[in-house]
Amino acid sequence: MRAARGGRGPRRDTGVPGRRRPTAVFAYIVRRLFAVIVMLLVVTLVTFGIFFAIPKLTGADPAALYVGKQADPETIEGIRQKLGLSDPILVQFWHFVTGIVAGRDYTGGGTTVHCDVPCFGYSFRTEQDIWPVLQDRVPVTLSLAAGACVLWLVGGVTTGVVSALKRGSLWDRAAMTVALSGVSLPIYFTGLVSLAVFSYGLGWVDGDYVDFADDPAGWFSGLILPWITLAFLYAAMYARLTRATMLEILGEDYIRTARAKGLREPVVIGKHAMRSTLTPVLTILGMDLGALVGGAILTETTFNLPGLGQAAVKAISDRDLPLILGVTLIAATAVVVANLVVDLLYAVIDPRVRLS
Amino acid sequence: MTTTPLPDGGAVGEPTDGKARPTAFLDVRDLRVHFPTDDGLVKSVDGLSFQLEKGRTLGIVGESGSGKSVTSLGIMGLHTVGQYGRRKARISGEIWLDGTELMSADPEKVRRLRGREMAMIFQDPLSAMHPYFTVGAQIVEAYRVHHDVDKKTARKRAVELLDRVGIPQPDRRVDDYPHQFSGGMRQRAMIAMALVNNPNLLIADEPTTALDVTVQAQILDLIRDLQKEFGSAVVIITHDLGVVAELADDILVMYGGRCVERGPAERVFRAPQHPYTWGLLGSMPRIDREQTERLIPVKGSPPSLINVPSGCAFNPRCPYADVPKGGVTRTERPELRPVPGTEAGRPHHSACHLAPEERTRIWTEEIAPKL
Repeated sequence: MRAARGGRGPRRDTGVPGRRRPTAVFAYIVRRLFAVIVMLLVVTLVTFGIFFAIPKLTGADPAALYVGKQADPETIEGIRQKLGLSDPILVQFWHFVTGIVAGRDYTGGGTTVHCDVPCFGYSFRTEQDIWPVLQDRVPVTLSLAAGACVLWLVGGVTTGVVSALKRGSLWDRAAMTVALSGVSLPIYFTGLVSLAVFSYGLGWVDGDYVDFADDPAGWFSGLILPWITLAFLYAAMYARLTRATMLEILGEDYIRTARAKGLREPVVIGKHAMRSTLTPVLTILGMDLGALVGGAILTETTFNLPGLGQAAVKAISDRDLPLILGVTLIAATAVVVANLVVDLLYAVIDPRVRLS
Repeated sequence: MTTTPLPDGGAVGEPTDGKARPTAFLDVRDLRVHFPTDDGLVKSVDGLSFQLEKGRTLGIVGESGSGKSVTSLGIMGLHTVGQYGRRKARISGEIWLDGTELMSADPEKVRRLRGREMAMIFQDPLSAMHPYFTVGAQIVEAYRVHHDVDKKTARKRAVELLDRVGIPQPDRRVDDYPHQFSGGMRQRAMIAMALVNNPNLLIADEPTTALDVTVQAQILDLIRDLQKEFGSAVVIITHDLGVVAELADDILVMYGGRCVERGPAERVFRAPQHPYTWGLLGSMPRIDREQTERLIPVKGSPPSLINVPSGCAFNPRCPYADVPKGGVTRTERPELRPVPGTEAGRPHHSACHLAPEERTRIWTEEIAPKL
């Protein structure tokens, strides 16, 4: 999905004078949003193609997949009619897309199932619309991603900056060793360790997820361990990135200029060096957040969080194709939108970037 | 221009540590800047001394790696920043600026002098200005760090300075980013930034190297005019003898981290006293020279600053290394000695084992006719 950045991204332009006008920015956003929609349609089509065309090509009956091996031919035929599985793939695709904006009825075998707007499909496994399932799951994943993001940004960037400023010191070496272990240790290891220590051992928190709206304190205590575990992994990466970038920036001529002006060291670092250091951090942050929304599968599984990642895993093992399609779409949307936001923020941060 | 009193005025002009109080405005004594590296100690500057008065310009000339930029950074107290930044540079000697010794001074005090009493213009204005801040913001910042004024006043000052250095429509361009300026304009803006606090010492490190020739001349004119106007002392660092010929009152030629020749510009150009200076003059393109004549490069490459040859650092490249020098051994380092007959006023010094008469003979008979 990262390839989505190519081509239409902002271009660096040195030399040509010109100021950014609000109308130009607006036009750019509209153009990019349009591109996002096209992008999502393509993603849908490809996913659709994989899930619905491949069984056709391989001779497996998708309708049989839905109802299980022991179903009688009549039931299978009913399913086939309901899902329109005999239609050409483009017709099926058209039904799916119109279903999102207009809702859809599945009729066949004497019964009709109505799927409300926005209809992302209907699971005959669980006999549920897909959209409400996604609606339940997305807030969990968003909570996980957002909280962890705050933690790892604060922790990772601070550690990286301090390490860069005290390069070669005991602090630096210790921090980078911890960071290396953070990058190397898988979530299901660090997660289980933190669960064993803080939940089962010390009993400080107990693990179950509750909605923020129902019980903010419970929401917090249910998420704190997943947050820390996930943030540890990312903070390690961000600390290394920040340290490397900061070291590079500190060697820049304009940092020397800042010092030559007689600026205090905290201003040189905090203003001049940080501004440049945060640019690549922001880029990676957008990517990572987008990808995380698509499913922090390991974290959600380890901590038994009912998020998108967990839903995806379950859908795959159940061969619940409509649900897989729904999760894929949400994940793709998150990545593409995150890309757009990063590109816009980039233009805000770096005046050399021209939106075009 | 009057000298602004320092915040802790009492210390100004007072000799510290019993060191002899200098008479010159800028007095650098036995400056050494050494960088420990994995390969050994890099002696970028190894015992450099010179003086400079206000209103005068000193040109420091030398090849890349001769230690001229490190000298300027050392004076500014910025020598720790740079290519060898990983380990702490070792700096020693004395730097007297207007009666204050900077080397032994409190770093915070030096910081307050930096940008106000002494300012610097860098080689490549595109990389020397922060790409994310407007030109105006960067000048305003330089002014406000030393002057307790509001943003509006500082901005007015920035526009004024941009106007003074010849930026058209300064009230509009002040909000542009560095990348929106042309190379020459950027260097002008850089100069405006350096001059915003009326510094008494201006150090220009290769100020025209990154610019094309026509713009170079404009920038040099600008520096000269501004010096007349502000009366500051100017150190101009360059490898280009043409630049110092334009601007400098005095010339200091550096080789291998040391001074090999220094003296009034007209003397150094008319009767240079060191084979390295001859080489530099021979390698300088001249418009009045026949097209068919080739430039004469200085043979060989600059010495490694880790293993500077004992004795004369220029010896391995010197065309006159084999000329008998009256009992001087190869390992003996030539001292900087006044050229006979120039001791009075602004003496002309040279560090060469060749006898003065021999140097005069070689210059007048062998070198000068070919230039």
